Amino acid sequence: MIDWPLVSVIIFLPLIGALIILFIKEDELTSINIKWSALLTTLGTFILSLILWLQFDYSNPSYQYEEKFRWFDDFNFFYHVGVDGISLFMILLSTFLTPLCILASWNNIKKRVKEYMLSFLFLETVMIGMFASIDILLFYIFFEAVLIPMYLIIGIWGGNRRIYASFKFFLYTLLGSVLMLIAIIVMYRNTSSMSIEFLQGNYFSYNTQLFLWLAFFASFAVKIPMWPFHTWLPDAHVEAPTAGSVILAGVLLKMGGYGFIRFSLGMLPEATEFFIPLIMTLSIVAIVYTSLVALAQTDIKKLIAYSSVAHMGIVTIGIFLVNQQGLEGAMMQMISHGLVSAALFLCVGVIYDRMHTREIEFYGGLVQRMPLYATVFMIFMLGSVGLPGTSGFIGEFLVIVGAFKFSSYVVIGAAFGIILSAVYMLYLYKRIIFGTITNNKLADILDINTREKIILIPLAISVILLGIFPNLFLDPMRLSLELIITNYEIANAK
Amino acid sequence: MLNNIYNILFIPEIFLACSSFVCLLFGLFLKKNAFRQTSNLAVFVLLLTILLVYYDSESNFANYKSLFSHSTFINFFKILALLGSIASIIISKDYFLGIKLKNFEIPVLFLFSTLGMMLMIASNNLMSMYLAIELQSLSLYVAAAIKRDSISSAESGVKYFILGALSSGILLYGFSLIYGFTGSMNFDDISFYLSKYDNLNLGLIFGLVFVMVGLAFKVSAVPFHMWTPDVYEGAPNSITGFFAIVPKIAAVALIYRFCLVPFENFYLEWSQIILFLSIASMFLGAVAAIAQSNIKRLLAYSSIGHIGYILIALVAANDDGIKAASIYMFSYMIMNVAIFAILLSLKVKNEYLINISDLKGLSKSNPIVSLSISIIMLSMAGIPPFIGFFGKFYVFIAAIERELYVLSVLGVLASVISAFYYLRIIKIMYFDESKSEGIINFQISFQSKIILSLSLFVIICFIFYPSLLINISASLTI
Repeated sequence: MIDWPLVSVIIFLPLIGALIILFIKEDELTSINIKWSALLTTLGTFILSLILWLQFDYSNPSYQYEEKFRWFDDFNFFYHVGVDGISLFMILLSTFLTPLCILASWNNIKKRVKEYMLSFLFLETVMIGMFASIDILLFYIFFEAVLIPMYLIIGIWGGNRRIYASFKFFLYTLLGSVLMLIAIIVMYRNTSSMSIEFLQGNYFSYNTQLFLWLAFFASFAVKIPMWPFHTWLPDAHVEAPTAGSVILAGVLLKMGGYGFIRFSLGMLPEATEFFIPLIMTLSIVAIVYTSLVALAQTDIKKLIAYSSVAHMGIVTIGIFLVNQQGLEGAMMQMISHGLVSAALFLCVGVIYDRMHTREIEFYGGLVQRMPLYATVFMIFMLGSVGLPGTSGFIGEFLVIVGAFKFSSYVVIGAAFGIILSAVYMLYLYKRIIFGTITNNKLADILDINTREKIILIPLAISVILLGIFPNLFLDPMRLSLELIITNYEIANAK
Repeated sequence: MLNNIYNILFIPEIFLACSSFVCLLFGLFLKKNAFRQTSNLAVFVLLLTILLVYYDSESNFANYKSLFSHSTFINFFKILALLGSIASIIISKDYFLGIKLKNFEIPVLFLFSTLGMMLMIASNNLMSMYLAIELQSLSLYVAAAIKRDSISSAESGVKYFILGALSSGILLYGFSLIYGFTGSMNFDDISFYLSKYDNLNLGLIFGLVFVMVGLAFKVSAVPFHMWTPDVYEGAPNSITGFFAIVPKIAAVALIYRFCLVPFENFYLEWSQIILFLSIASMFLGAVAAIAQSNIKRLLAYSSIGHIGYILIALVAANDDGIKAASIYMFSYMIMNVAIFAILLSLKVKNEYLINISDLKGLSKSNPIVSLSISIIMLSMAGIPPFIGFFGKFYVFIAAIERELYVLSVLGVLASVISAFYYLRIIKIMYFDESKSEGIINFQISFQSKIILSLSLFVIICFIFYPSLLINISASLTI
């Protein structure tokens, strides 16, 4: 295998890139250098993370590429990183989307390019670090540090109500995550360990588990987000610049799902068993309610934002089914949503860059002028609906199969949500793309250019790849998920 | 005999006292540049004192009939106070020259006040404690009112003096009750006397409450905090910096020692007082700071909030609590030094910056300064990976070790509220569009620049090598 610290290199390469950019003086001429350095750094990170995938040992359910050294002398806090089947694709998703984000903001970020690229590179380091940590405190440090660059990205480069949105985003998610800090300290006090691997052995009494579970729930439910903690999301999405929305939808929401799998399922199985009905109820309400809300939106970005909440509802159902199909479905749905919603936001960005509005009514008949755009948009729209052959199908299908083992009411709720998702997405597509051009301003709108092709085509390919060869993604994660399910069942059988 | 005198001279407090007089005379006889030279001498004297504290052997004389005590905790806080006062003298030098306040007495006042603080930290007797507090406060009263022709400065001095005298009176009354009921002024004797009883009698409880009120005033814990914003606002900025950085260190050490040495067996009695002070300070500090438009008032409320967190560690009253307090106090000092080093060098239209809204557009005209302010603010809000997070983290570890779950949850909630006003400063610098640019000037002297860079370095890089500070603070005994 690899005898150099690959994971650490992947984590800190973007940060090194950021340090280099820090010393490039910014003016009209050099801003292109800044963009190129950022792009090359993130591409390098992506290539390195591909090595992670190629060298990944499918037969090993626990962590691989582990690196561990002592950090604090006075308590068991280690710099401990590694990758298992669950975190592998989360890391790949982050490294894949960040270069696309940088490309997407190539021309439309005109002020403070340097700070923008710095924020994105710092964000990438923090995201990867979070998914790769095997130490809870390290996880927490990264989890909270995500807020800093995201706050700046929304606040500086966002839309009109950016200040409100950035504060809401920051304070809402901070409120959730500080409770997790208390839970982490309580865990440490009970076990004298901060290792995620170690804590998955179920060491807590039932009552302690309930409190810990609620504390973790507070942070992950806000992050993922679950109804009724989702209200920060539409604001943040609408006000964030395109690339900010992409990262927010593509990776940041997955932090919640990842946390649920790792902490709630992995460490607090008995409490999870107790709270499953709550989660299922909230998820079904989320799916149906936010789908209906999405139907009524007049802003494209807001519509996609609400659809994210609905899709994340499918993810939480899948996770808390705690069976093989459910968890695999949830993971696939997260990856798929990471690609599809990111791509949808990029598509919105394409027309927003040209027309500077996101009102649905403004558009119509784009297929007349932008045939290529209409095609890629359709692929992602169908991916979001969950058409067989696209990535969205695999996740939703597996979750529903898993849900049959649990309760048919959940199936009905989830299926109803999927139908609604087809309704609002197709309706959106019809209003924007089809028909004849009625608005004169759209008369000479240009089709997507090369840069936009470079961004959208890899996404389209991976959406279809994921739909046709799901095993490419399911095989590496299967054993890690099985391990979590086995631990969960042993704990609850006692 | 001669040998003995040398030994006496090298006792840090005595050395500092003698050197302060030397500084006073030195300033008096200088014709030119008296202020600058005296400041430099004062910094030098303080540096020497740090060395003396560091290498101080446990000489019996220092205890002087156990008026003073000697421990690693005391030494740590003494060094912290000395470092804080060195930093604040250096960063305020240019400011004083800038507003043409060149009295050479200022550094001497700082020296005397620092001497008072060192005695406060070490005091082991009610009487020496009271005298040390008075020495410290008297110097600070004068310092607050030093800008004689300014009404606000005089007002802040008088306010500070009247309220300070009131609290000293209350403190003294509490001392007299404690003395009356235990028959001793010495901490160890009081502790020994009290160890024979299971309950405190009514007189002692009254004494304890009065002393707590007096001490709460000194650390500016809610509801005895009223003076803080006014004094911070009225005093010249550099004096405010000194107020924010140094006296808090001594007062915190004092309240820790008072609770944990003579009254250690009566945890239940004092902890409920501290518990209330802590919760009230955290929340009032967080909420009241939101509406401030004056940066000095904002920092005043922010320091009130920080005191709330340090008092959590006192309620925990275990080894982890002492460790947490020392780490938190260190981070508090570093962050305040950094923010005041910047504030004392920012000028808006030739006036030193006061209004938060004047920071608008700073990120364009001076990106490095605004980045530094943002980092300090995030660190104060306790966002990882900066040092402020670890201060709060250790406080919560200590609290949970004592099973103070509710208090910890309240603590983190207050930290979310306080994050709002720290973020507001970042928002003003980065998000608000400024119409007019280049109003803000940043001029900093070489020495302050070193202080600023060092403290920023510690704030950012603490996470990479935390063990140095943590091992020191883990070894402290009260």
